[in-house]
Amino acid sequence: MNKLIVFVKKLTGTRLFLPLFCLVLVLLSNLIKTPTFFQVTIKNGVLYGYIIDVINRASDLVILSVGMTMVVAASGGTDISVGAVMSVAGAVCCYILAGGLQTVNEFQNPYILGVLAAVFAGMLCGCFNGFLVAKMKIQPMVATLILFTAGRGMAQLITRGQITYIRVESYKMLGASIPGIPVPTPVFVALLVVILTYVLLKKTTLGLYIQTVGINSRASRLMGIKSSRIIFLSYVFCGLCAGVSGLVASSRIYSADANNIGLNLELDAILAVALGGNSLGGGKFSLLGSVIGAYTIQALSTTLYAMGVSPDQIPVYKAIVVVIIVALQSTELKKMAKRFQTGREAGKRVA
Amino acid sequence: MPNEIVLAMRSISKTFPGVQALDHVDFTLRRGEIHALMGENGAGKSTLIKVLTGVEEFESGEITIDGFKGNMINHSPQEAQAHGISTVYQEVNLCPNLSVAENLFIGREPKRAGIIDWKTMNKKAKDLMESLDIHIDVTRALENYSIALQQMFAIARAVDMSAKVLILDEPTSSLDDNEVEKLFRLMNRLKSEGVGIIFVTHFLEQVYEVCDKITVLRNGALVGEYVTEKLPRVQLVAKMMGKDFDDLAAIKKSGEAKERSGELVIDAQGIGKQGTIKPYDLKVRKGEVIGLTGLLGSGRSELARSLYGADKPDSGALKVNGRPVSVAAPLDAMMAGMAYLPENRKEEGIVADLSVRDNLILALQAKKGMFRPFGRKEQEELADKYIELLQIKTANRETPVKSLSGGNQQKVILGRWLLTDPDFLILDEPTRGIDVGTKTEIQKLVVKLSEEGKAVMFISSEVEEMLRTCSRMAVLRDGQKVGELKEGELDQNNIMKAIAGGAGDE
Amino acid sequence: MKNRGKTDGKIFLLMITIALFVTMYIAGIIIFNSKGFAKPQVFLNLFISNAGLIVIAAGMTMVMITGGIDISVGSVVALACMMLAWMMEVKGIGAVPALLTVLVMGIFFGLAQGFFIAYLKIQPFIVTLAGMFFARGMTAIISQEMISVKNELFLKWAKSKINLTFLGGTVNKKGVVNYPFLYPSVIIALVVLVLVFVALKYTKFGRTIYAVGGNEQSALMMGLNVKRTKLLVYVINGFLCALGGFLFCLNTCAGFVEQAKGFEMEAIASAVIGGTLLSGGVGNVFGSLFGVLIKGTIETFITFQGTLSSWWTKITIAALLAFFILLQSLFAKAKEK
Repeated sequence: MNKLIVFVKKLTGTRLFLPLFCLVLVLLSNLIKTPTFFQVTIKNGVLYGYIIDVINRASDLVILSVGMTMVVAASGGTDISVGAVMSVAGAVCCYILAGGLQTVNEFQNPYILGVLAAVFAGMLCGCFNGFLVAKMKIQPMVATLILFTAGRGMAQLITRGQITYIRVESYKMLGASIPGIPVPTPVFVALLVVILTYVLLKKTTLGLYIQTVGINSRASRLMGIKSSRIIFLSYVFCGLCAGVSGLVASSRIYSADANNIGLNLELDAILAVALGGNSLGGGKFSLLGSVIGAYTIQALSTTLYAMGVSPDQIPVYKAIVVVIIVALQSTELKKMAKRFQTGREAGKRVA
Repeated sequence: MPNEIVLAMRSISKTFPGVQALDHVDFTLRRGEIHALMGENGAGKSTLIKVLTGVEEFESGEITIDGFKGNMINHSPQEAQAHGISTVYQEVNLCPNLSVAENLFIGREPKRAGIIDWKTMNKKAKDLMESLDIHIDVTRALENYSIALQQMFAIARAVDMSAKVLILDEPTSSLDDNEVEKLFRLMNRLKSEGVGIIFVTHFLEQVYEVCDKITVLRNGALVGEYVTEKLPRVQLVAKMMGKDFDDLAAIKKSGEAKERSGELVIDAQGIGKQGTIKPYDLKVRKGEVIGLTGLLGSGRSELARSLYGADKPDSGALKVNGRPVSVAAPLDAMMAGMAYLPENRKEEGIVADLSVRDNLILALQAKKGMFRPFGRKEQEELADKYIELLQIKTANRETPVKSLSGGNQQKVILGRWLLTDPDFLILDEPTRGIDVGTKTEIQKLVVKLSEEGKAVMFISSEVEEMLRTCSRMAVLRDGQKVGELKEGELDQNNIMKAIAGGAGDE
Repeated sequence: MKNRGKTDGKIFLLMITIALFVTMYIAGIIIFNSKGFAKPQVFLNLFISNAGLIVIAAGMTMVMITGGIDISVGSVVALACMMLAWMMEVKGIGAVPALLTVLVMGIFFGLAQGFFIAYLKIQPFIVTLAGMFFARGMTAIISQEMISVKNELFLKWAKSKINLTFLGGTVNKKGVVNYPFLYPSVIIALVVLVLVFVALKYTKFGRTIYAVGGNEQSALMMGLNVKRTKLLVYVINGFLCALGGFLFCLNTCAGFVEQAKGFEMEAIASAVIGGTLLSGGVGNVFGSLFGVLIKGTIETFITFQGTLSSWWTKITIAALLAFFILLQSLFAKAKEK
């Protein structure tokens, strides 16, 4: 019996336990609602099924969460412009591929140009945010609020207020699937982003530096690590991720819909990071945790949809979850709990 | 001057987990008296003040104040205020965006028909300032005035609210000489009005200039209460350091650190930083261990930080190993071969959540650059080497450094810098808060480093420790380097004399 | 040795704001004179269209002075409108009880947010971000479709003009005299403005707000009740959001999910352009009024221009906001040196 307790304690103590537990919980609740949840078939040469759908749709969020994790870890702040930046990236890509027209049946410019432009646009937005936060020392929240509002407007301007359609089969592939490969493409893209990021963090000192700056920026400086540069880079990277995610999202609907691409995804990204066991105050982070968090949220959304909740209404539940998680992380709550506990113990002693 | 006692603290004791902060301490303050409260690190000064002002509660003893019957136990600063005790801190606790008048009266603004009467408030503020001989526009925002004036406003507020006991906690640290004079004029004025002032400070000269009495604490216990003009400076220094100043029994330096005559590693000329450390010259040679000695607050850390670039200096030139070096940020110093172990290891040293391994290799990694990370295996080897070398007690190299004891954390930071193979290593209070065994290990290590040809700067509040390791000493007092002691002069009495300044026996 | 404090700068910033407004308005008159920009009604319309925003900007100013922020205001406005519409049209509740319910909702919303911010010390941004999604989601839960308000009393409120006869009228083609007019909503907004101004300048509560924003630690040490003040600020802000939502609804007479999107940005921009510092401690409701008027003027420009998309308003406001934020930041850096 003791060995079991020790094992359970060790298991629950690992960093990824809580995120995995939440994921499993949500997947199971999905199973209860939809008994065929885990069933996988092949339709039109592509994997098909509820669980596939979850993994597929979560890809946009996974990519965003990777970028958000960096920002949170390095600066203890959040970037709420990511949804808007996705929209901008999608608009830029479609504008270039459509050559300025509203709807096209073939690429007006090379595909690769559109892709690069979108990614570059994302990075540019990241530079803007990074400049405000790292150099001008403005609170991340407020700094990113600017693009949060202006971003979609800019996207609208780029697409001349219309939705630009790219009715080209190869464009849709990014958001759907490549012929001959049964796994939907977004899943690959998400996987690729995660792996590349992981390599970047390990093969350069970026991962170490981000954590160091996030945990103790004064000590970092004394050791010769330039905190403001690291923070700036984290925002640029987040913008890059938003750009890639915007490409995938745009590809799904083979268009640039400035109003709807990435809508409400910023809260999801923050939630994913928090659910992944990462502290929203910065410091040590787990990329895998955020990824698990992203899949959990998508699965949660699916559960809610199955219960008849509409996309407009889902934010209520997510807001509640965010508040609970952040409240639990707050030091004040821990202090209050301690005071309550010592009060009770003192009461016991006296009695 | 009336001699009635306005505040009496008797046999006050307080413990924190693992340490006796106050051990049956007595303190007496009389009306119209300026009384200095002095002591080195861990003496108990701040705890005594906190207990008096209600920030902490004491465990035994009695506090009596004029006008209040029985034992006065304050549970909050507001309660202390109500009893007539006000405190003004070094960081002026006023609001920079509000006007002077408002800062003086906020929370107790004069009202008319339920709303704030600005006209009356401004007038009352003006009158208060005039009565203290301060002539300024009370309607301007606080931040438009210098720190010195802001402090006086804080004092005026404190005095206006309760005029019995005024505690000034390190008020002169950020003031220049002129401003200090203004402050003293204000203090003397208050003194003549019968206010009792407790002046917590470490500036020797100022104590002798304005204080009537001095109480010295050490390691939580009362050393004694003295009349200022009857206590020679050297005696004061001796009492603060817990030594006996005895012309005859001069304890000579022990240990093998010798003054070297090797090449110049550090050649600093005129380096200084406004408000922190006055410009100084300093030369350090290969294999030397130069100690910085002086009382707490004399500018030792500030000097070290100005050398290393932790706080960018305003003036001066630095040559390292004969080459001129411009230090704009710590990385420049590091690339020139310097290393710095900060005084505050918790806030500036350890990266708490990261492992021992990460903490050890960080500085060397920063030198290598972002695109050449150490491989995992290399990191592990380096970490193991220094864990072994310094005998760092840790479960394994992946343990988060916050789990280690203070002494072992310090060893990790030391290891981090040794890994960079520096030519010049600055150690600021490397043995503070560490067990005796580890202390000795670190002292021996310092001597060993000097034998290997490294230059070391060693800052410590403990004289024996310095005597055991240093081959030379620079003496600081009141934010300035005032002299040096060579090998033959290194003994306790000389050190105390140099720190005390003035003519020893006066 | 005297330093140029940021509070000296605050008068400077306010002057810039007022000058900006006057300049823009005069430019409008010059450019669009042929389209009737110079008519007094155009000026009055600034107040009519933005009565709700004025009230909300006042609340936002208070919140920002304490050093906090509230990005849920747009969603709360939408929620308030939806609640009003739903209660009156679907549940048949009278206009007055519906209004009272909404105001109470605002108070409780502010209470919840204030608790997390003041007592659990969670960053205001995260709390109000969650609040924003919560309120917006609740709006959708109440009804996914638009509900138009048909309640007689409500419509009566919405349509009751106050003719400013003293300004002189113009006779139109049908021979009817038209005077420049206002709606009661404007009166309510201006009254709120004055009340908030008085509270901020003449009550202990108001001065504590400034103290907390200036240096929270000092405020605490000076014996001020920081937690309670912060809580109260968010409660009042919640109430003002609900009230502002009501005024907003008088204009739109409907509740729908997408309403007031981006409103929080307009409120924040109005406050910042009006001289409220993001870092807290400095702010002035009349400055925020001018911020609102500037936003209104930009909108009027775009309407008169006719061809530009309404998105330009949002972009211009965001650009102005960015400009003023940078200006504030530069001021702060200059002060440090």
